[in-house]
Amino acid sequence: MEVESLLSQVEGFMYPNEIELQWSVLIVLYPFITGLVAGAFILASLERVFKVEEVRPTYRLALLTALAFLLVAPLPLQLHLGHPERSFEMYLTPHTTSAMAMFGFVYLWYLMAVLVVEIWLDYRRDIVLQARSRTGVLRWVYRAMALGSDNISPRSLEIDDRVGRFVTIVGIPSAFLLHGYVGFIFGSVKANPWWSTPMMPVVFLFSAIVSGSALVLLLYMLVSWVRRTAIDMRCLDTVARYLFYAFVIDFSLEMLDLVHRIYEADESFHSLDFMVKTRLFGSQIVVQILLGTLVPLGLLALTQLVRLSNRARTGLYAVAGVLTLVGIFAMRWNVVIGGQLFSKTFLGYTVYKMGFATREGLLPAILLMVLPFVILAGLIRLLPPWPDSATRREPV
Amino acid sequence: MPEGDVDRPVVDSPDGGYGGFPERQPADDPSKNFFVPKLCNHCAHSPCVQVCPVGATFESPDGVVLVDKDYCLGCRYCVQACPYGCRFIDPRSQTVDKCTLCYHRITRGLTTACCEVCPTGARALGDLKNPSDPIHDFLRDHKVHVLKPQMATGSKVYYADLDGSVR
Repeated sequence: MEVESLLSQVEGFMYPNEIELQWSVLIVLYPFITGLVAGAFILASLERVFKVEEVRPTYRLALLTALAFLLVAPLPLQLHLGHPERSFEMYLTPHTTSAMAMFGFVYLWYLMAVLVVEIWLDYRRDIVLQARSRTGVLRWVYRAMALGSDNISPRSLEIDDRVGRFVTIVGIPSAFLLHGYVGFIFGSVKANPWWSTPMMPVVFLFSAIVSGSALVLLLYMLVSWVRRTAIDMRCLDTVARYLFYAFVIDFSLEMLDLVHRIYEADESFHSLDFMVKTRLFGSQIVVQILLGTLVPLGLLALTQLVRLSNRARTGLYAVAGVLTLVGIFAMRWNVVIGGQLFSKTFLGYTVYKMGFATREGLLPAILLMVLPFVILAGLIRLLPPWPDSATRREPV
Repeated sequence: MPEGDVDRPVVDSPDGGYGGFPERQPADDPSKNFFVPKLCNHCAHSPCVQVCPVGATFESPDGVVLVDKDYCLGCRYCVQACPYGCRFIDPRSQTVDKCTLCYHRITRGLTTACCEVCPTGARALGDLKNPSDPIHDFLRDHKVHVLKPQMATGSKVYYADLDGSVR
């Protein structure tokens, strides 16, 4: 039996329910995916709200990325639940004191009131044009997506733009809410000293911005490479610069949390310190902090300090972007899994054994990470985000 | 005490005192063994009740924390939130389970099963809501502790003369 094999690796004394982890790799995916959503959206809003024109080529791509990942976000949770068929109870009879009960509402608000509305307004002209020009099934798809609207006069497009801008302004705090809230789910568990800190939502937010920006940066490079179009270096440099700034803030906050824990050294300190130096050493110190934070920060700093060729910068951005995503994933892993490796007695430690083709194993986790890219590919086909496509949004 | 006349004990020096006293036991060897029963603390301010997204975990009017198995999603947030490790997932129903304080018995005027069978009467069930219940005298006259008082959960399980090492 699985518990028996785990027991041989338990060190010290644990409560019986702590030997087998309650939250698996799927719960690691949940904050990772929502972080990508929030980060991609915040990057998109740079152009829309803060008028950072340089990042325009990534604007629509960032929005579609956010949507693709948001659609997948609840799936790992559903797969993890003992009774997924009851999850709609959270909408019908939410328990108002529960942080988790708010997930459904925060999710729906962000999906239906922010992201879908913003994308629809931004693409409405394209959708209407497609509905007019296409034939066959696609014509009906676009007609359905147009929701009955057919007016693309300059006046109506101007209204689209104004409303879209308003939605983006509402969207920024919503994106903050979406991911800050995910941080709160962990940060508010007072029984667990690894999680319980008011820093958690803030650290989650900044790491979300970091991971979302890195993802959009990589996707933009990938998409340009696939389409054999030139990369807009001004755009790439600007996204990388914002990624660098956000990463510096994120890393500072995480280090502040760490220094505070070490200096305060409360009753949990020895237990957590031992865990970080042993069972979490690889994923926390090596992957998260060294490979996933210091190396990409160094690479990004290099591009800020030294004059490099376009090719060299692109290469450095690509490496930094991949390492950043690995680092942020490791951060989610260390929060979720790390928070369950030590006993609440502070006297023992367990291990996490991930299955492969099990319900909460590695295979479903990989499939869940591939799925948003499949959805994104579909969305890109349906709603091309290219500025040079025939359906380009005219600057209003 | 060496064997011999039990009425006249003498102090023994091992090996006549050569080599001193035997080594003390290493610190990580249990120097004292005792049994501390752990059960759901039926907290007045239960973290598990607070975090349950659908209210499947609730406090009964008489102050017992219970789980509605027909409602539980199996999200395990309550397992994470309980500081005492008192909750687990029932693999058969995929819902959470824990000590019910024998709710089916105590609502019929019986005591809990653990109190019923305890051969030395070390466990006792009291009615904290009843001012004339003898439990109040006991709590007043004895040194009683709750587990992890810093968690401020309003635990209703009291331990008399609890060892400080218990967590």
